[in-house]
Amino acid sequence: MDVITILFTTALWAAAIRIASPLIFATLGELLCERAGVINLGIEGIMTVGAFAGWITVYAGFGLWAGVVVAALAGALFGLLHAVLVVPLGLSQHVTGIGITLLASSLAYYFYRLALPEVTSPPKIEPFQPWAVPGLSDLPFVGEALFRQTPLTYLAFVMVALVAWLLARTPLGLAIKAVGENPAAAEAQGINVIAVRIGAVVAGSALMGVGGAFLTLSAFNSFFFDMINGRGWISVALVVFGSWRPGKALVGALLFGLFDAYQLRLQQWAGAVVPYQLFLMLPYVLSIIALILVSRRAAYPRALMVPYHKGER
Amino acid sequence: MTLPSFRISRRGLIKASAAGALMPFAGLTSRAARAEGPIKMAAVYTVPVEQQWVSRIHQAANTAKARGDIEYVFSEKVANTDYERVMREYCEAGHQLIVGEAFAVEDAARAVAKDYPDRAFLIGSSFKPDAALANFAVFDNYIQDASYLTGLVAGAMTKSGNIGMVGGYPIPEVNRLMNAFMAGVKEVKPDTKFQVAFIGSWFDPPKAKETALAQIDAGADLLYAERFGVSDAAKEKKVLAVGNVIDTQKDYPETVVASALWHFEPTLDAAIAAIKAKSFKADDYGQYSFMKAGGCSLAPFGSFDGVIPAEVKAKVAEKEAAIKSGAFTVAIDDSEPKSS
Repeated sequence: MDVITILFTTALWAAAIRIASPLIFATLGELLCERAGVINLGIEGIMTVGAFAGWITVYAGFGLWAGVVVAALAGALFGLLHAVLVVPLGLSQHVTGIGITLLASSLAYYFYRLALPEVTSPPKIEPFQPWAVPGLSDLPFVGEALFRQTPLTYLAFVMVALVAWLLARTPLGLAIKAVGENPAAAEAQGINVIAVRIGAVVAGSALMGVGGAFLTLSAFNSFFFDMINGRGWISVALVVFGSWRPGKALVGALLFGLFDAYQLRLQQWAGAVVPYQLFLMLPYVLSIIALILVSRRAAYPRALMVPYHKGER
Repeated sequence: MTLPSFRISRRGLIKASAAGALMPFAGLTSRAARAEGPIKMAAVYTVPVEQQWVSRIHQAANTAKARGDIEYVFSEKVANTDYERVMREYCEAGHQLIVGEAFAVEDAARAVAKDYPDRAFLIGSSFKPDAALANFAVFDNYIQDASYLTGLVAGAMTKSGNIGMVGGYPIPEVNRLMNAFMAGVKEVKPDTKFQVAFIGSWFDPPKAKETALAQIDAGADLLYAERFGVSDAAKEKKVLAVGNVIDTQKDYPETVVASALWHFEPTLDAAIAAIKAKSFKADDYGQYSFMKAGGCSLAPFGSFDGVIPAEVKAKVAEKEAAIKSGAFTVAIDDSEPKSS
């Protein structure tokens, strides 16, 4: 297999979509927060909590979907904490976000150790299995790559459509965009800026929690402390790449997944000559280049990171 | 990060600083305390105790504790930036034997040992002991003997002659085992093609799994599972895997064909004996991980016992005997393995 033929293997595209799935959830979540004017750097920790909460729920004997719901709730809880600190209290969004990441990831591990004090190897659960969509999965190429994924991957794509529809077509979406662009004008329209911002951060964080849970319930079957491994930070960049639009963010996540799946295969092909570090760098380097190309015209939400105080001039 | 034996309170801080002030005298009391009772051991790990490598140390320490030889406390998931502080805290708290891993904090760990000359340090390290630092002994998982034997099995079991290997980082303790494994494979099947990949993380099983899947796509029908996640890919695609350091046969009965196990017990027991005999010095404890010392072994084949051809098992048994008797030595090669 050489550099070009790898691109035409369905396995590559299937892997790209698998790798992209947690990023799609997390990027959507971050996008929702930022559209409402709040940057959420708690993302990495919230994903860790989601990964843990979802996994431990299933490990405790509940169903996989119960795990997904619990992961979303756990993510929402930490999102609420972030929202309360930065929206009504107006604290620095950067500092609070980093604080949330440290707190959330440490608490996840703390509860892991409380729940399982004496294990020698991480316990496993039975994760989501790939589910072939009837009819569509028989399509040549596309069927193999796209329609033989796990249910959570399909959910990720559904969420993209849902968030895009919410932002573009509903009064609630308009309110979210308004509080992120011009909260004073939104207030004048009778919109409760504080409530909408808190709601958006909580909902976005729930999506991040599910993104984390993808790793423990679908991509893998046990929980490891550092397993989010920077995927949250990537998602923050992907929001910029997507110019704060769900559809474009989806493209960004898929592109990153593709780069990563591609480098894994290139590494097998040329690993003897080129140091492996260069391949590991590849998806990040390509993402930065793509970011530079795309984000030059990107217009960020005007009120991003600006706390809103009612009545302030 | 958990620190079961140490809580920071104002009182504790005052006590700690008082202990620091009394440091020059600390040696006197602890030397007196050393004579009787179990040895107070403290371990400082940079990863959770579930991590393969550390789990073996943890297990050996618990065995020694159950035997009454040591009192055992540990801190897991200590960041490298925090590592020196935690070591010093355990020294201040009067622990006589400090076990840890200094792969990324070599200078700091040695500096601590220098400041506490009456404590014994048994530290995982890629470097050699230094005679000038008499209380700092090193160990590592020198289980190349067992890895070589798994290579013999793998060479016989691969049909496509294409083996995938996924590692965390190419550091000596990883490279050594991969190279020994490859040497074993080549002895049985010289024209085997190896795909070697590193994922740049110790804890990212989904990534390790994706890497392994890519290797299977490229034709591998047997995987060397240095990381968690690799055996899962093998199981999913119904190919074989070879385990490393821990025995995962019962988790993957259809997948894991052989495993090289590390036993830390001989290393720890030698250190305990040395401390009791007051002869602990800057030794290289790496040799206690050799097969001759009982520091490593080939895991039982389990469900593959009837599948592996008898002549392969005979060859493995023969080599194992030769290694134990000293007639055959597996080469120690710490260079980074490359794809072929």
